[in-house]
Amino acid sequence: MAESRSVATATGPSGGLAPPRPGRRRRRPVARHRVVQAAFLVPAIVYMLLFFGYPVVKNLVMGFQEYTTRTFYTGEAPWVGLANYATAISDPVFDRALLNTGLFTVGSIAGQFTIGLLIALFFHKRFLLSGVLRSLLLLPWLIPMIAASAVWRWILDTDNGVLNRTLGLLPFVDGRPAWLTSTSLALVAVIVVNIWLGIPFNATILYGGLQEIPEELYEAGSLDGATGARAFWCITWPQLRGVVTVVLVLGVVYTLKVLDVILGLTNGGPANATQTISTFSYHMSFREFDFGVGAALGNILVVISLVFAVVYLRVNRRAVDE
Amino acid sequence: MPKPTRSRGLIAAAAAAPLLLLAACGGGDGGGGTGDGGVTELHVLDYYNTDPNKSAWQGVLDGCADEIGVSLNRETVPGNDLIAKVLQMSSSRTLPDVLMLDNPEVQQIADSGALAPLSQFGLDPGGITEEVLAASTYDGELYALQPVTNTIALFYNTAMLEEAGVEPPTTWDELKAAAATLTEGDRYGMALSAINTYEGTWQFLPFMWSNGGDEADIATPEVAGALQLWKDLLDAGSMSQSVVTWSQGDVADQFSGGNAAMMINGPWNFGTLEAVEGLNYGIVPIPVPEAGGTTVSPFGGEAWAVPQTGDEARMEKAAEFVQCLVGEEAVVAAAVGTNTVPTDPALAPDVIAQVPSLESFAVQVPDLRSRTGKLGAEWPAQATAIYEAVQNALVGGMSPEDALDQAQNG
Repeated sequence: MAESRSVATATGPSGGLAPPRPGRRRRRPVARHRVVQAAFLVPAIVYMLLFFGYPVVKNLVMGFQEYTTRTFYTGEAPWVGLANYATAISDPVFDRALLNTGLFTVGSIAGQFTIGLLIALFFHKRFLLSGVLRSLLLLPWLIPMIAASAVWRWILDTDNGVLNRTLGLLPFVDGRPAWLTSTSLALVAVIVVNIWLGIPFNATILYGGLQEIPEELYEAGSLDGATGARAFWCITWPQLRGVVTVVLVLGVVYTLKVLDVILGLTNGGPANATQTISTFSYHMSFREFDFGVGAALGNILVVISLVFAVVYLRVNRRAVDE
Repeated sequence: MPKPTRSRGLIAAAAAAPLLLLAACGGGDGGGGTGDGGVTELHVLDYYNTDPNKSAWQGVLDGCADEIGVSLNRETVPGNDLIAKVLQMSSSRTLPDVLMLDNPEVQQIADSGALAPLSQFGLDPGGITEEVLAASTYDGELYALQPVTNTIALFYNTAMLEEAGVEPPTTWDELKAAAATLTEGDRYGMALSAINTYEGTWQFLPFMWSNGGDEADIATPEVAGALQLWKDLLDAGSMSQSVVTWSQGDVADQFSGGNAAMMINGPWNFGTLEAVEGLNYGIVPIPVPEAGGTTVSPFGGEAWAVPQTGDEARMEKAAEFVQCLVGEEAVVAAAVGTNTVPTDPALAPDVIAQVPSLESFAVQVPDLRSRTGKLGAEWPAQATAIYEAVQNALVGGMSPEDALDQAQNG
C-alpha cells in the first residue's frame, strides 16, 4: 500500500500540473479525470504485479510442488503439500544455516551500524577535504561484488594473504589465522567483509539524519551545559531515532538475503560454516536442481523478512504521521 | 484549457506505452524448420566460450557442418549458465538442434524428457568405452555421444623433485613421504582441490575409487581410507588448509607460482602452465593405495545430444551431425585442439603422436569411471554429500568415518 501511495504522489508533480481540485473551477467531467489518473497508475501497478507479485506468488506455489528439471520440459509440477518444507527443515544443514543466518545478520548489522554512525558523526563536523573523503566512503558500493570478493579472498588468504603477511611482521602474533578455511573463523571473516560493504549505506543515511537536526538544539543544549557525550545522548540520539529504526530494519532485510558475498568468499563453506538460508536455497535450486525445496527455503526467508518489513512500515507510517 | 488536457492525456499514453511493447515481445517464433529434407541450418549450443577451446571446437563443428551440408548457428554460453539456459529453452520450446552437455548432466536433462533417444536415428557409438556410454545412457536409452574426454593426474615440478631427490610417487605411502619431503618454508609438497563444490568431489573420486570405494555408499572403510589419506596430508602440513577453498584453477596457480611441488589437476591447464617461464613438469597417474593397484579416475568432458525440438527433419539432420562429431577426423581434431583424449581408445595413438604429454591421460581411458553411471539423476545430491564429508573431516573436526557416516545416513 505504501508503495502505491508514494508512486501516486510521485507521478502527480511529474505531470507539471497543480493538483486538480474538481469543483473549484469549472472543469471537465470527473470521470475523465479518473481515467487519466488511472492511466498514470496502471504502469506502476502492472509493473509491480509482473515483477514483484508474480515472482512472489510463483515462489510460494513452487514451495508446495515437486519442481525439478523435468518440470521445465513437461510443465508438470505435482502438488506435494508440505513435503518440501519437511525436507528442508529436516536437512542437517538447516539448523546450522538458520543459526548462521542469525549470527550473520546480527553481526553485520551491529558492525555496520556502529561504524556507520561513528563515521557519520565524524563527518558531521566539517573539516578540510571532508566532502572528498565522504564521497570516497561510497567506494565499496561502487565496486562489483564479484571483484570485491576476489580481492577479499586474496587479502584473507591463509598462506599468502596481505593480512596474514602483515600480521606475521608483528612481534607478538604467532601462527597464521585461517580466515576463510577454518570453521571457527570463516563466519567472522564473511561478516567483516559484509560490514565493510554495508558501511556506506549506514553512514550515508545516518549522515542525512544528522543534518536534519536543527543546530539551535545544540546551541541551546550547550547553554545548559550539554556538550560532547551528553549532547549526543540527549539531543542527537533522540532526534535520530526515526532514521535509526529505518536503517536497522532495512539493513536486516538486506542482510538476511545476502548471497553474493558468501558465494564469492566461501560458497557456504568450509564444512557449511558459512551456509545461510539463502546460500542453502541457492544450492538446492541451482546445484541440486530441486527447485521445490529451494523455493521452500526462500519462502522461509521471505516470512522472516516480512516480520521486519512490517516493523518498517509501521515505523515509517508513524514517522510520516509525525 | 484544452491544452493541458491533451498533454496530460499524452503523458498518460506515453507512460502506458512500455506495457504495449512488453506485451508485444511475448510471442517469439519457435522453430525455423524449412520442411522435410530441406534443412540447411542447425542451431548448436555449447559452453566452449573461451579460447583455445572455442576456436578449436569451431573448426571441428564447421568441418562436420560442411560434411553434412548445413550451415551452423552456434551459440556459446558460460559453463555455469548452460543448465539454466537449457531449462529456460525447455520451457519456452526453443531448444537448439544440437546441444552439448557436461557428461554428469546428461542423465539429468534426459530425465526431464528434453532429449531424443539416439536409437531412433540409428547412431553408431563406435569404439567409445562402456563407462562413457553409461554416463550418456538413461533408462536403457542412449541420449548423447561424447567424442573426447579428460581426467586428472598428478603433476609434479621436475626441478623441485630432482633437488629433493624424490621420485614421482606411485603409492599412497610414497605420496605422503614425497609431499612431506618437498614441503619446505612457504612451499607445500602437495596441492589439490577439496573445495565445497562438485570440483572437490571430482578430485576426491580417484582416491576413493582406487581404494575400492563406491559412490552409492560412502560410509565404508574404503572411502574412509581415502579421506584419511587427505587428512594425513593436511595434518602433516604437506598441503595448505586453503585446499578447502581452492578451485582447480587456484590449484594450478599455486603450482605454477612455485607454492606447491605437486598437484592433482587436468590437461586443460597445459596452456597456463606452458606460459610460465622456466616451469618444467611431469605427469603421472594418481598414486594408488598399494603398489600394483590400478588408478580409477572419473572422466570429464562433454557429450552431444539431440533435443526434442519437434521437427523430425531437423532432428534427423542434427543426429547426422552428432554422428560426425564422434568420427575419427572430428575426434582427433578436438582432442589435439583442446588437450583432451578420445573416448575411443583406438584413436588415442594418433592424438598422442601429436601431443605426447596427453599420454598419461590416454592410458587411463579404458579404466575411467562414470560419475553418474550408477546414481543417474541422484548424483548431484550424493556429490554434495561427498564434498561435505571431505570438508567436515579436513577442517570440521570430524573423523573421516564419522563425517562419511553423517553424509551417507544423515
